[in-house]
Amino acid sequence: MRRRKLLSSLGVNVLAWFLSLVLLAPLLLILVNSFKTSKAASDMSLALPSSLEWSNFSVVIEKGKLGIAFLNSMLYSVCSVLLCTLLCTMTSYVLSRNRRRLHNFLYLFLVLGIAMPVNFIPLMRTMQALKLINTRLGIILLYTATQIPFNVFLIHSFVSKISPEIDEAAVIDGASPSGLFFRIIMPLMKPVLVTVMVLTFLNTWNEFVMPLYFLGSTDKWPMTLAVYNFFGMYFKDWNLVCADILLTSLPVIIVYLLGQKYIVSGMTAGAVKG
Amino acid sequence: MSKNRIYPTRFVFGALILYVALFVLPSVMGLGYSFTDWSVYSREIHFVGLKNFATVFSADYNYTRMLGNTFLFTVVTTLAKNVIGLAMAVLLTRKVKLLNFHRAVMYLPCVLSALIVGMIFKSVLNPKIGLLNTFLRSIGLGSLAKNWLTDSKIAFRSVMAVDIWKGMGYIMTILIAGIMSIPPTYYEAASIDGGSAWQCFRCITLPLLAPTLTVTTVLNVIYGLKVFDTVYSLTNGGPGYATEVLYTGVYKEFGLGRYAVGTTLSTIMTLVMLIAGFFMIRHMVKGDGQEI
Repeated sequence: MRRRKLLSSLGVNVLAWFLSLVLLAPLLLILVNSFKTSKAASDMSLALPSSLEWSNFSVVIEKGKLGIAFLNSMLYSVCSVLLCTLLCTMTSYVLSRNRRRLHNFLYLFLVLGIAMPVNFIPLMRTMQALKLINTRLGIILLYTATQIPFNVFLIHSFVSKISPEIDEAAVIDGASPSGLFFRIIMPLMKPVLVTVMVLTFLNTWNEFVMPLYFLGSTDKWPMTLAVYNFFGMYFKDWNLVCADILLTSLPVIIVYLLGQKYIVSGMTAGAVKG
Repeated sequence: MSKNRIYPTRFVFGALILYVALFVLPSVMGLGYSFTDWSVYSREIHFVGLKNFATVFSADYNYTRMLGNTFLFTVVTTLAKNVIGLAMAVLLTRKVKLLNFHRAVMYLPCVLSALIVGMIFKSVLNPKIGLLNTFLRSIGLGSLAKNWLTDSKIAFRSVMAVDIWKGMGYIMTILIAGIMSIPPTYYEAASIDGGSAWQCFRCITLPLLAPTLTVTTVLNVIYGLKVFDTVYSLTNGGPGYATEVLYTGVYKEFGLGRYAVGTTLSTIMTLVMLIAGFFMIRHMVKGDGQEI
């Protein structure tokens, strides 16, 4: 009996390691090859580099115009995160507290957007009419708009759990509606706000379809589009491509490692009813 | 004080205006444009009735193939991710050493950009130097080494496999949360009654996970129907039309300036997804004190 237990525990661990390796190997491949010379990287093997070519990174930053792309990505992500978080929090708060017919309808109307795909071609027309096409502001507003549905859903279910008695107490003490929201409710929502911010940041950073359709000029491109473009030109220099991929993914991986708890709680929200 | 005074409806306007202007309105306009001959060359736009829909569903073009591929992609990846994700979740809720490390690693591909994952796998699936073929040759299975992305017979399977690789950790994470919410007393009772591991899984885990599995299925269906990034960066629809899905098709129509047909394709998908999505949203919103 004990032997059987030992064997099964061994099997479980081996299986876990096997799966982890399957998921990790392609990523390690990028890591090791980004430090090789062009010749050593030409066979894209998992062998460790014989010397560390740090210069790869400075080459791709210069040739791939990663400096400006990084700033663009940062601008788009940070602005969308702030705008989206603020607008969605205000919306979800009111729609959760005020449950009249109109508000229930508006909530469903907003949340139904989770399932709705973007219709890019007429959107181009709208962007032209609003003079937002090929502008940084346009992209930020687009990212905000497309992420409203999921974030409203996420925050709404959190606000419902904050007791309305707090509001009553604050109102009796003379708080205005804005004061109540910004000074009392917002601080109580910190956990869900962090989740929303982390998820919105990751989604915006990783996205590239909006700029593909709506940003013609290369100096406005985010990192994802810059790396794809670089790949098209330097596909023979795998070491440079890998270095570029690594630099583009680094912010995402750092945010993931720091905010893992919040990402998981956001991703599982709604799917699991405890 | 009335609720409207304390919770002012104007707080909703910011999000609502952006959402309607940049998300809902284009979809509604799209429905209208799909009955016209709008293109990059047209000075005026004419009403043409159902002509675009006839084009999309006619056998003379490749649009039905795109739709077919999109549905195939959705069904296969949804099934595979759920089955593999479930197996992974069961595995990683047992006594495994370095549990959190494994969970973190398996979720990692989900946070990477799909575009980047596509580029990574362009290298891994390279027929000559790719990691996969090199590995197959090194263990003496060289005959299994294939032209993964350029052979039109297997290219679409490769694309689906890459997507499964990227997405299974997401399903796993949701299902782990689902399994952890099952009260352990059920398993204790079963073990007293002498239930085997398989019996526990079949009679406790699976039925109690059913609601969670429904949600993961619908999330995957929504994702699968919208897929673009992975296909675009791996094959861009090729070779030929072997891996063309709806949204790579829409992008090509956009590039060619055939706006009306592109919009029609989008509109068809919007209608399909709103119907499918309605049921999901209803499920997700339930228990939130919301009436539907």
